[in-house]
Amino acid sequence: MIAVELKNVNKQFKGQTTPALDNVSVQIEEGEFVTVLGSSGCGKTTLIKMLNRLYEADSGEIFLFGKNIKEQNPVELRRKIGYVIQQIGLFPHMTVKANIATIPKILKWDKKRIDKETDRMLRLVQLEPDEFRDRYPAQLSGGQQQRIGLARALICDPRIMLLDEPFGAIDAINREILQNELKAIHQKSGRTYLFVTHDIREALKLGTKVIIMNEGKILQYDTPENIINNPANEFVENLIRTAELKGGA
Amino acid sequence: MISEIADYFSRHGKDYLALLGGHIGISFISVAIAMAVAVPIGIAVYRSKIGSTIAERSFGVLRIVPSLAVLIILIPIMGTGVLPSVTALTILAIPPILINTVQAFQTLPKAMLEAADGMGMSTAQKFFKVKLPLAFPLMFAGIRTAVIEVIASATLASYIGAGGLGDLIFTGLSLLRYSLLIIGGGSVAILSLLTGFVLDSIYKQITKYQRT
Repeated sequence: MIAVELKNVNKQFKGQTTPALDNVSVQIEEGEFVTVLGSSGCGKTTLIKMLNRLYEADSGEIFLFGKNIKEQNPVELRRKIGYVIQQIGLFPHMTVKANIATIPKILKWDKKRIDKETDRMLRLVQLEPDEFRDRYPAQLSGGQQQRIGLARALICDPRIMLLDEPFGAIDAINREILQNELKAIHQKSGRTYLFVTHDIREALKLGTKVIIMNEGKILQYDTPENIINNPANEFVENLIRTAELKGGA
Repeated sequence: MISEIADYFSRHGKDYLALLGGHIGISFISVAIAMAVAVPIGIAVYRSKIGSTIAERSFGVLRIVPSLAVLIILIPIMGTGVLPSVTALTILAIPPILINTVQAFQTLPKAMLEAADGMGMSTAQKFFKVKLPLAFPLMFAGIRTAVIEVIASATLASYIGAGGLGDLIFTGLSLLRYSLLIIGGGSVAILSLLTGFVLDSIYKQITKYQRT
């Protein structure tokens, strides 16, 4: 099944001379872990924010599981999509548990189910429920906060996860651990992940497929192996070379 | 002097409590009305640069006018008594609450608002679950400033017949009874300090989550 489909999507922000997305078309199969790679300003964040309608396309169409997102209520749409950002955005006035349970509470899950599921989510992101449930975000390290960010996005078991440089502000050691955990979570879930990053090693390590973007265009969309072995053009080739210089993928 | 003060309390204890109650009452009502005016205006205008500037400036001007002047200006319009006093004190209490409300909503962390949108909160859910609680500490700080200012200025309101602890001071002045001046002035000072302390404790309690 096609999870995500973009058809000739264009987006230009006011006051900018070049488009953020330039006639982008792509199809993403369900269950893929797609990393979206590019330097800042290449349109990678715009691309994923378009899927949960935080940005609206100027023209073109976007389908999630065959349904045009324009025909869906944005609030309803977003509840079915997990969303994780680099700045994490935990609510500081809520405990860890209340943060994770934000949407379940809005959806009026019963208390038992909320208790059970928040604990399950905490274990999923490798945090001991009894220790962390009642803490406030200020009492957590950056890595722990982003684990809660993940748990909050995962609790409703969304069919699509959008992650915008989620580990960008986390130290190298914890980033490595979180990458491995996220990969394992994805493999178990079989859900579709879109993961934005500017780190080519992260992109090649995590992605079952990689989208390489530059200046609002998709240059290549393929498996990591094919991108390394058959780069689509000079830009991609150079990108691969920079990664190899740093010690390979 | 001490015996005079003791004598006053033994003979006029009930009067004193009435004045104290009046002082607290008039202050409380004024701040409550100011909140009811300033908070909705602040929330209505914070998104618009022009709107928030106009609101802040126009109430800011009122703030520069000395409270005694506001009280006296109101006499020809509203006469004397509780009503003009409450009006003057309300005008005095609005600016700090309004300015802090606007500030609080303008400085909400973008990442938290984006997270709220991204997870699928409706506009109302985002307002009540995220914006308002996050803005509240700064709004509360504005309310605290207003309360302290109003308690001090309510003393002057006695001058136009609002009652309160100012009555003791003005009576003391006209009769040259220093004991009354000390009781009146001291009571206002203690009331201000005590209120400040209580509000600070509440502030610490509501911002507990910010500490590591």
